Amino acid sequence: MLSRVADSLYWMSRYLERAENTLRQLDVTMNLMLDPGEATTELRWSRLVEALGSPAGMEWNGNLDAMAREVIFNKANPSSVIFCLSAARENARQVRDEISSEQWLRLNRLFHHIQSTGAKEQYERDSGEMLASVMDGIHLFKGVSDTTMIHGPGWQFIRLGRYLERVYATATLLEVFQAHHAPVPDGEKTGYEYLEQVGLLRCCTAFEAYCQVYTADIVTERILEFLLLNRHFPHAIRYAVESVSESMQAISASGSRRSPDELLACVGRLSAMLSYTTIGEVLRGGATPFLHSLRQQSMLVHNVIYRHYVHYSIQSALSA
Amino acid sequence: MCATTSSDLENLFSDYALDQAFDEMRNGDGAVRAHYGALADVLVRLPAEELRRRKQSADLSFLTQGITFTVYGRDEGTERIFPYDLLPRLITGQEWQHIERGLIQRITALNEFLRDIYSEARILTDKIIPSELVYSCRQYRRQMRGLQVPRNVYVAVVGSDLLRLNTGEFVVLEDNLRVPSGVSYMLTNRRVMKRTFPRLFHGYGVRPIEHYPQLLLSTLRSLAPEGRVEPNIVLLTPGVFNSAYFEHTFLARQMGIELVEGRDLVTHDNIVYMRTTDGLKRVDVIYRRVDDDFSDPLAFRSDSILGCAGLLNAYRAGNVTITNAFGTGLADDKALYAYVPKIIRYYLGEDPILNNVETYLMTDERERRHVLANIDKLVVKAVGESGGYGMLIGPHSTAQQREEFARRIEANPRNYIAQPTLDFSRAPCLIGDRLEPRHVDLRPYILFGDKVNVVPGGLTRVALEKGSLVVNSSQGGGSKDTWVLQ
Repeated sequence: MLSRVADSLYWMSRYLERAENTLRQLDVTMNLMLDPGEATTELRWSRLVEALGSPAGMEWNGNLDAMAREVIFNKANPSSVIFCLSAARENARQVRDEISSEQWLRLNRLFHHIQSTGAKEQYERDSGEMLASVMDGIHLFKGVSDTTMIHGPGWQFIRLGRYLERVYATATLLEVFQAHHAPVPDGEKTGYEYLEQVGLLRCCTAFEAYCQVYTADIVTERILEFLLLNRHFPHAIRYAVESVSESMQAISASGSRRSPDELLACVGRLSAMLSYTTIGEVLRGGATPFLHSLRQQSMLVHNVIYRHYVHYSIQSALSA
Repeated sequence: MCATTSSDLENLFSDYALDQAFDEMRNGDGAVRAHYGALADVLVRLPAEELRRRKQSADLSFLTQGITFTVYGRDEGTERIFPYDLLPRLITGQEWQHIERGLIQRITALNEFLRDIYSEARILTDKIIPSELVYSCRQYRRQMRGLQVPRNVYVAVVGSDLLRLNTGEFVVLEDNLRVPSGVSYMLTNRRVMKRTFPRLFHGYGVRPIEHYPQLLLSTLRSLAPEGRVEPNIVLLTPGVFNSAYFEHTFLARQMGIELVEGRDLVTHDNIVYMRTTDGLKRVDVIYRRVDDDFSDPLAFRSDSILGCAGLLNAYRAGNVTITNAFGTGLADDKALYAYVPKIIRYYLGEDPILNNVETYLMTDERERRHVLANIDKLVVKAVGESGGYGMLIGPHSTAQQREEFARRIEANPRNYIAQPTLDFSRAPCLIGDRLEPRHVDLRPYILFGDKVNVVPGGLTRVALEKGSLVVNSSQGGGSKDTWVLQ
């Protein structure tokens, strides 16, 4: 596969994952704001913005509706949903010949939908429904990608983009949560804290899955354990890292070149960080430094992939 | 099927004026031509409401499939759907046979002309064409002299523009021998039409065109360098900002070949490679959709970033096939066009089957004087331009424009030609809810590999503005599906 194509598929997928993540966090936060709690609207908003990676242009201005509209509809803001969807579609447009017509159709339709005045009207009428319809569109695209595309290197680059973005975004979200919610001793928990914790799970579509594993007994430590270390839940960081590792191996096996040791090492290290540990150990060392290190490692994986598959030098490729 | 009464037809044609121009649907008395009968029946029967619905669903289908072209120089909404008319243009089997024979003859001769010009140039020594005319052409590429082109095929992909005069005769207006486009619209129009009028389509027994991509692929494969058994074929596009980008992706996907940009290619030791995730991979055939000028900054324009440095040398070394060859624009130069009948006679010893449009050369003193005296009746064209740019339509021009063109002709006669203003044929179009005639041309697509193939059909372009003679999509033109009948 062409390096440029791999690049486009990877970013198409990353941008979609980012859009989905933003939509879900926005939806959950707006919902939480219905219950007053201890946190002010402003504080909640600033946490949301922090969890989205503190993008510029989203500082609190006192008007929640206007802020939410900024996050969804402002094309000029590179963190907005509409920007991410446009970027995903633009990347897809550059590789129209590589993705299936079904994929293109879904993505193009989603793009035209969010651009339309209909979407804005729908948002005014029922914001939750509008957010859900866009998320549905993204889910549909993912499903169509999995069922209509050859599961070759191109598809693996799509998975790489999705899961690396997920590792980074989930680690950021957990880090922000850690900073604002110091663990409270058992028994003193208020209803509001319960809502915050459930909100965190919902940001990762993890509430029901969590209950299946731990029952509805919501404990911060267990939430962290679930979202960090669970092997079977797709939004858990460990699952995402294993998926990155699988895709890496598949890409390496499909070509004639061996993956460089550097790449195997950094993916392996990330995987080991999450496989051979317990939540107790993580907490003893401090969850925040651990999450921070996860983010650093995931960026390193990205850089090494790019150095090896996309931006390699001609000379090294000729002598290989 | 219910019979169509004459009052139904009268109603159908109430906005449909005839004059001396040839009408595709109706003969001189206003009666419907036999092969258009079934279409007229359908139009009479279908309520306006239903036609509008079908039009809307066709439009939507174009938009969601992203079948768009890029309009230059605008920020917002730079992608437009290609305007599209719902009614098919019909060509009888007999008419098509004539067109097909004429095109095969013409392309064979033009290819032979290019081979000759870029080798011994016999036609110039024999003084059939003034050598000054060839060597002053901006599209002449000296770099191609003596370069051995695989199978001697210079023009593998051609789209010629035909018009129909008021006598009913098809003539060639122009040959596009560089990077002709529009074939994706031919194919997608057909796909949409089959869905819009399935029964009518079936009833007509239209000849298929859907195999074009496969034919193109085997044409490209047949031109691969000697000894490359499983040639790696790629389509070279200028990139996503090119107006024909949709077509490039469409063709690459339909053929199952890699779509590459200049930045994906590198040359090393006169071999072309593409950068893949699995390292460098050798390229054998390039279907080039980038103009000569921008293809290789070492050989042509040095400021171009769309091409790949070293391409021409690899081509010259015979390590890669590039098609169409460089310098083919020489043979579609509008001044050389006037000599095409002579070219056909010279190389093939035959009379042309398809005629040219009468053309005045401004380099000829007598013809120039005639043109300058009658400029208000003629069409003046710059020889190197296409897409309807650099053109003066005498009867639709202002005195100021005419003066301007007269001055330019005097200053650089080689750069201009003139032709009579043609009242070319009109076909029925759906304008709003009503049936109205509009001027149409026809661009069939010709492929030249082991042999010459013409796909039965082509792109019928429509001047959607009333009375307009300009069919180019960049200037308010649209298209319609072309049905060649058995």
